[in-house]
Amino acid sequence: MLSQEALKQIDSEIAKYPADQKQSAVMAALAIAQMEKGWLSTETIETVAGYLGMPPVAAYEVASFYNMYDLQPVGRYKITVCTNLPCALSGGVHAADYLKRKLGIGFNETTADGKFTLKEGECMGACGDAPVLLVNNVRMCSFMQPEAIDKLLAECT
Amino acid sequence: MLEIEIDGQKIEVPDGSTVMDAAHKVGSFIPHFCYHKKLSIAANCRMCLVQVEKAPKPLPACATPVTNGMKVFTHSESAVKAQKGVMEFLLINHPLDCPICDQGGECQLQDLSVGYGASASRYQEEKRVVANKNLGPLVATDMTRCIHCTRCVRFTQEIAGLMELGQAFRGEHAEIMPFIEKTVDSELSGNIIDLCPVGALTSKPFRFAARTWELSRRKSVSPHDGLGANLVVQVKHNKVMRVLPLENEDVNECWLSDKDRFSYEALNSDQRLTRPMLKQCGEWREVDWQTALEYIGNDLKRVIKEHGAQAVGALASPQATLEELHLLQKLVRGLGSNNVDFRLRQSDFSLDGKNVMPWLGMKIAGIRDLDRVLVVGSFLRKDHPLLAQRLRQAAKRGTKVSILHVADDDLLISLNARSIAAPAALATELAGIVKAAAEAKGVSADSSLANVQASESARRIAASLASGENVAVFLGNLAQQHPQASTLHALAQQLAGITGARFGFLGEAANSVGGYVAGATPGVNANEGGMNAAQMLSDPRKAYVVLHAEPELDCADPQQAMAALKSADLVVALSPFKTRAIDYANVILPVAPFTETSGTFINTEGRVQSFNAVVKPLDETRPAWKVLRVLGNLLGLAGFEQDSSEAVRAEALGGKSEFIERLNNKVEGVAINLGEAAPALQPHLERIADVPIYFADALARRAPSLQKTIDAAAPAARMNAATLAKLGLAAGAKVRVSQGGGEALLDAALDAGLPDNCVRVAAGHELGAGLGAMHGAVAVERT
Amino acid sequence: MGALGFILSPEEGERGWRLADYVRRGGYAALKKIIAEKIPADHIVGELKKSSLRGRGGAGFPTGLKWSFMPRQFPGDKYVVCNSDEGEPGTFKDRDILRWNPHMVIEGMIIAGYAMGCQRGYNYIHGEIWDIYKRFEEALDEARAANLLGPNILGSDFSFELQAHHGYGAYICGEETALLESIEGKKGQPRFKPPFPASFGLYGKPTTINNTETFASVPWIITNGGDKFLELGKPNNGGTKLFSVSGHVNRPGNFEVPMGTPFAELLEMAGGVRAGRKLKAVIPGGSSAPVLPADIMMDCTLDYDSIAKAGSMLGSGAVIVMDETTCMVKALERLSYFYFEESCGQCTPCREGTGWLYRVVHRIENGLGRREDLDLLNSVTDNIMGRTICALGDAASLPVRSFIKHFKAEFEYHIERKQCLVPVDVQRAGSGFFVAEAKATC
Ligand SMILES: Cc1cc2nc3c(=O)[nH]c(=O)nc-3n(C[C@H](O)[C@H](O)[C@H](O)COP(=O)(O)O)c2cc1C
Ligand code: SF4
Ligand code: FES
Repeated sequence: MLSQEALKQIDSEIAKYPADQKQSAVMAALAIAQMEKGWLSTETIETVAGYLGMPPVAAYEVASFYNMYDLQPVGRYKITVCTNLPCALSGGVHAADYLKRKLGIGFNETTADGKFTLKEGECMGACGDAPVLLVNNVRMCSFMQPEAIDKLLAECT
Repeated sequence: MLEIEIDGQKIEVPDGSTVMDAAHKVGSFIPHFCYHKKLSIAANCRMCLVQVEKAPKPLPACATPVTNGMKVFTHSESAVKAQKGVMEFLLINHPLDCPICDQGGECQLQDLSVGYGASASRYQEEKRVVANKNLGPLVATDMTRCIHCTRCVRFTQEIAGLMELGQAFRGEHAEIMPFIEKTVDSELSGNIIDLCPVGALTSKPFRFAARTWELSRRKSVSPHDGLGANLVVQVKHNKVMRVLPLENEDVNECWLSDKDRFSYEALNSDQRLTRPMLKQCGEWREVDWQTALEYIGNDLKRVIKEHGAQAVGALASPQATLEELHLLQKLVRGLGSNNVDFRLRQSDFSLDGKNVMPWLGMKIAGIRDLDRVLVVGSFLRKDHPLLAQRLRQAAKRGTKVSILHVADDDLLISLNARSIAAPAALATELAGIVKAAAEAKGVSADSSLANVQASESARRIAASLASGENVAVFLGNLAQQHPQASTLHALAQQLAGITGARFGFLGEAANSVGGYVAGATPGVNANEGGMNAAQMLSDPRKAYVVLHAEPELDCADPQQAMAALKSADLVVALSPFKTRAIDYANVILPVAPFTETSGTFINTEGRVQSFNAVVKPLDETRPAWKVLRVLGNLLGLAGFEQDSSEAVRAEALGGKSEFIERLNNKVEGVAINLGEAAPALQPHLERIADVPIYFADALARRAPSLQKTIDAAAPAARMNAATLAKLGLAAGAKVRVSQGGGEALLDAALDAGLPDNCVRVAAGHELGAGLGAMHGAVAVERT
Repeated sequence: MGALGFILSPEEGERGWRLADYVRRGGYAALKKIIAEKIPADHIVGELKKSSLRGRGGAGFPTGLKWSFMPRQFPGDKYVVCNSDEGEPGTFKDRDILRWNPHMVIEGMIIAGYAMGCQRGYNYIHGEIWDIYKRFEEALDEARAANLLGPNILGSDFSFELQAHHGYGAYICGEETALLESIEGKKGQPRFKPPFPASFGLYGKPTTINNTETFASVPWIITNGGDKFLELGKPNNGGTKLFSVSGHVNRPGNFEVPMGTPFAELLEMAGGVRAGRKLKAVIPGGSSAPVLPADIMMDCTLDYDSIAKAGSMLGSGAVIVMDETTCMVKALERLSYFYFEESCGQCTPCREGTGWLYRVVHRIENGLGRREDLDLLNSVTDNIMGRTICALGDAASLPVRSFIKHFKAEFEYHIERKQCLVPVDVQRAGSGFFVAEAKATC
């Protein structure tokens, strides 16, 4: 089940498309559902599919195709680090290593307290700002040198 | 038309053709995996790359439109290099486990890799492994072998009508799968096995049973619904191992329903009857044929002597062959009775004697050209899976399909309009459509419809039909079984007349037409005074011959059927299976199922389809036509000298023909009786009885894998929310359904697609066998 | 940066993105002029042709020509779609355009709708730049409120609806037909062409897709004339262009310069190679473009033709600068991993081939390379290129071929010595991590 608020948001996404093209809102609807639930369970995907009148497996195709959907539970803070070449040239990989050491986890792992999940990301379209990382899919952090990373982690409560 | 040259051959092809289409025309084989003529074009496998003059790179033949003057080389050096390159890619992650793969011998990857593969792999990295999926009881998976052609995905989307499979994840991680924890439940699911070009999807019942090259292939015809799908039956050591479609574009195209494909399992089940059985002094014992037949002959003579020939009646299944039905009616008539019928689920026989021989009224292949269709009273998808598929494809191309029915089951067809009415209101609703259509066309409707008010949905349906140019009105199984069948018939005929439509029947069973042609009815041509199926059971006979039928499951009123049979002096049951005849028969004879005899089915379009036995009869089993012939001889009747089933067929048909010409749906002077709608039923509910797809006949009932599907779930007492609430019931509650003197204990279930005050209890299943007629009043109470 | 062009022209500090800011800078003048003067659609397409504007999304297709493909008389819906799914490694210009000048893109799209008779448009925005997506939606609201969008724009009988659609992490959705599939609510799997979007696009309707920067160039062209735009650049390479400079430079960022500007000047604007080290190689047009060694690159000017002549592509204008601390095998390994991960999985050569390429390069980087591997890599790219549904197959192959071609010795060194030519600590120092000045924004 999704909250009324989430359904309202989904409705306004549906309204962006022609009346017979509700399925177009599936990416936004899954994103909204994920923001509310933290991750996309089978039930959540089925709910979204039902709401948009599309086959559940078609919604699952979408949820599993795009990287930013989480099909497994993640920590309260999902940190995605870009390690692609342009970022790597300016410390992207080292920033990821720094985070791994600080959090004591590897990519696709979650800290024992359920607070942090670390992910390796592909190009975020911000290569000039490397190292770049994305928190919970919505907050982009640029020029993340060690002190900045320390500060970010300290802010996360 | 466009001109194109392929491998030096010049041809003309219609606009919109692809290079692949053109290659087919000149007989050039272009290797391919994802392309399939019945599916949308995906162009993902890239195996069909060909060289096109002036194109800078090889192009996929399946997706490249022909342009005028195009020159194509399908086997040039550059084409073959591209094809080999693709083949190498396809093989790098393929397990190459051909020796243990069920697809071995019929694998397109294996076949093509011989021509396009390299001898040694240059790929030395780790291979991908993909977890298998549970697709249900019919289709087995070996997903590591999948080459991602997406044929199966497209099949579920496009042909079966519901996307039950998808390609999840991406890139090398892509996996074909159903939604988590879901299976593939389509009644057409088995076709994905044929479509899969590798061994990723194989038949679960057939798994590891044989290597394909050990099997011999024999042609046959499906004995289930009225379509008569053409089959290839595969046999090893005199045992049916597998059933595949035999392509016939006019009948089943290249498809089979799962019932056509998997019901063969019943043939090899331990429920087969293997020896004649005779009950003497209350004891059943196995006897030889001679003993059994002599017993029957003597006892029949005794009954006739004591009670007259009218005391004998015969009930046959509409799945019996033309030859069997012909000899059965001949035998009964030879004895001096006209009591013979195969229309076991019919309840209104008032059109008998009016020269009606119901049929589709057109060719099956013509369905694609219809622009408006109304289907009345049909559980279309489950009663006629492949006809439904044709209508689905037609609807996609723009045919407006409407339905008038008693349940809003999802047909997976995009419907133009629908009207859902209680069975008792069905005729009135159809009358409303007739009336609205007459108004739309500016003609006057039949005077008997003066008081009829067309509902909103009736008007929508009428408007749709009235605006068409190539229109058809079809009556389905439920309409044919309905207590007002003759009224529905007359109304549908009027509607067709008003809208210039064709008018036809979706034949219930493999030989619903053949039964009429064989004369296995009490008197089609003139009133010969015989009794129809219902009369024979409501006014019990002393002796019955029951051919292939299971009256306790196959008759309109099983309770009545059982009572009649149990009260008889003599019941002779001819069946391939051990049935409940053990409770009421005196003699049980093991007769051949369709695979063990030659015979003929006449499908719903009147197409005569004969077939040979594909295996020898099991043990003491004999073809029923031979048994009936010997019985005729034994009884000293004339005209039982046929020495082959062909001779019987010739006699029944009066010659050889591809289609029966004398079929007729048209009837004059039928009184329209709209009857009393629901009120008369209060405080009872009205029964709706579907015949679930895997309980519809003796074979399907005994096919273990089909019985594990969701479609074979035990029947429940299904009602809509309002009706459940009225009875104070919740879904899942245990209820007692009573009808006549019998009852059934069922679970209540919610079925939002039903009209108010109706309860849907399936027929054809043991759980409901104690109930009365398929239609009429029933009571439901909590236990 | 700044004064040279018009798209990012407002100086930092004055970069208000709101409608009022844009109008103050002369924004929406082009649209107003078109509406007021009822400029015929043909005339607009004609100006674009004159401007010689070429698509800024990577392929450099002439925009005026593309617009002229839209069927004029088609009854029913037609669509304009903007491609802001910037995900090509090295490219980050569209983000800045949308961040500082969203209304310029909106105006460009409205004009496109007018010129091609479309009533609806979508801007597909890369999922990772969420705040930019949100800002764009706000900008749309502003435009609607000002009757610049929606029914009867500025009182005329021209109506145009524009919506934002966000991606959610799939590079392939930058490919135009994958993008359309994605808007339709499906996986982003490219379609086979033909049919092209101009005849069968979004929801099967005629559709024109252009890059963000392409649309952003339109209002200026209408206001100032196609000829003026052409003059900003050089023949066949009209206008200014944004270059995203990343990697080993002192001041990475976007620079808007006239087409034909020497590469050396751009490098200078970006503060030169980090810590005064030696330039080793440059990927001039986003990760899919072939890499060029320093000496070849230093001789190039920044325009489609010059870079093509040098054996690479201007692409999206993403300049990835690598200095002497770079291990070319490792660099290629990371790119190959990217294409392997981002292949949509639809067609065989790309799905299977990208994994093969990555695994072999990975092996070489990890000291398990074989002598025959370089030939094998080239041969596998041969079997991928030109045989896939979309250009990702080529995009994955070109880096492999060019890295091996220009830096073969370094690959051979890896294979033979089982180690890197550039010591790991040198590589690390090159990245500037732990040493760069802290100017984080978060
Ligand atoms: C794999 C792949 C990724 C692409 N990514 C982008 C992208 O991120 N942004 C973009 O504008 N074009 C991208 N393109 C190019 C688009 O397909 C298309 O050519 C472009 O959006 C057209 O706009 P233009 O003519 O204005 O350049 C990509 C193409 C391919 C094959
Ligand atoms: S080339 Fe790659 S990304 Fe493009 S369609 Fe084929 S598999 Fe998908
Ligand atoms: S058959 Fe043409 S690409 Fe698969």
